[in-house]
Amino acid sequence: MARITASVYTSHVPAIGAAIDLGKTAEPYWQPLFKGYEPAKAWMKANRPDVIFLVYNDHATAFSLDIIPTFAIGCAAEFQPADEGWGPRPVPVVKGQPELAAHIAQSVIQDDFDLTIVNKMDVDHGLTVPLNLLCGSPEAWPCPVIPFAVNVVQYPVPSGRRCYQLGKAVRKAVESYDEPLNVHIWGTGGMSHQLQGPRAGLINKEFDNAFLDQLIADPEALSRKPHIDYVREAGSEGIELVMWLVARGAMADTPPRVVHRFYHVPASNTAVGNLILENV
Amino acid sequence: MALEKPYKDVPGTTVFDAEQSRKGYHLNQFCMSLMKAENRARFKADERAYLDEWPMTEDQKQAVLTRNLNRCIELGGNIYFLAKIGATDGKSFQQMAGSMTGMTEEQYRDMMISGGRPIEGNRYVGEKK
Repeated sequence: MARITASVYTSHVPAIGAAIDLGKTAEPYWQPLFKGYEPAKAWMKANRPDVIFLVYNDHATAFSLDIIPTFAIGCAAEFQPADEGWGPRPVPVVKGQPELAAHIAQSVIQDDFDLTIVNKMDVDHGLTVPLNLLCGSPEAWPCPVIPFAVNVVQYPVPSGRRCYQLGKAVRKAVESYDEPLNVHIWGTGGMSHQLQGPRAGLINKEFDNAFLDQLIADPEALSRKPHIDYVREAGSEGIELVMWLVARGAMADTPPRVVHRFYHVPASNTAVGNLILENV
Repeated sequence: MALEKPYKDVPGTTVFDAEQSRKGYHLNQFCMSLMKAENRARFKADERAYLDEWPMTEDQKQAVLTRNLNRCIELGGNIYFLAKIGATDGKSFQQMAGSMTGMTEEQYRDMMISGGRPIEGNRYVGEKK
């Protein structure tokens, strides 16, 4: 059977993608951030999965205001990097895993999570920046990816609780797949940031670090954190952190091994966090 | 019965909820149209004429023409959509975010480098700093 062996959590700031694309990673502003991801990259190289189930959000790219799915699973064979207004990022096409994606969709929907199935979709920086941070800039991504888009743009977004429970349903779905695949689940976005209004630029290191502590040690309690706490404490866009709970919910119920933890301020307007947990 | 909106007392923050989204539908879809190069070119050539093709309110059009992002947000704009105007103007996300704070670009950048805007004093409207 397939199994989830590890989870990765990382911010997906677009400026990080721009720094990579424009060859600025060694500049003093960016160097500490990319240095902080070196252990994660080394781990990824040594622990290449067969598939990545990548939870992210679309930023008014594939989904305009015409259709706003709360949870959308990408079941296509491939996904093109989107033109977000600056031209498409020069990154490889993202290959999907349609068989496993369809299997997960069927299982999770039967578990009462009403997913939207997407068979044609471009993917934006929310998905490609995490791949760069963990895999560098290869000719082709190291494995297939199942994009899983969560609406965190228009309120109300799904609750942390709902995301956490969804993760558990994804775990059950993966474990009922016959092929012996090694699956990673990634939760992306965050950490504290606000991109709009006079309060733009908000960063809350205490909140972020407490979130990381609790994500590792007590995700059950963390999943009950109400939306307003994210908005007030971590900024209007800090709400993206609920996506990390999907990945955490998909991990085993026993305590995970913490492989890597990194926190850095700033990347453009945002606090950056990275965590890797392995099932023991 | 009224819906619960506990986020109304967060200072300097407009949460893009269903009500804002309804108000801003055409404004945001106009922004979305700027993802196509030919539309960016047409908009740049005559902004007013391009905006007049959209069923937006006059207030929304003026907010776009003057690049008043706070006003755009008040009128239903969402930052990820408004970012397409920034991309058309060649502005970074940091320049756009900073422009809403009353700070200069340099002040905003320096604030971020020194750890960002602190949470203390920024949780509730009317809170003492």
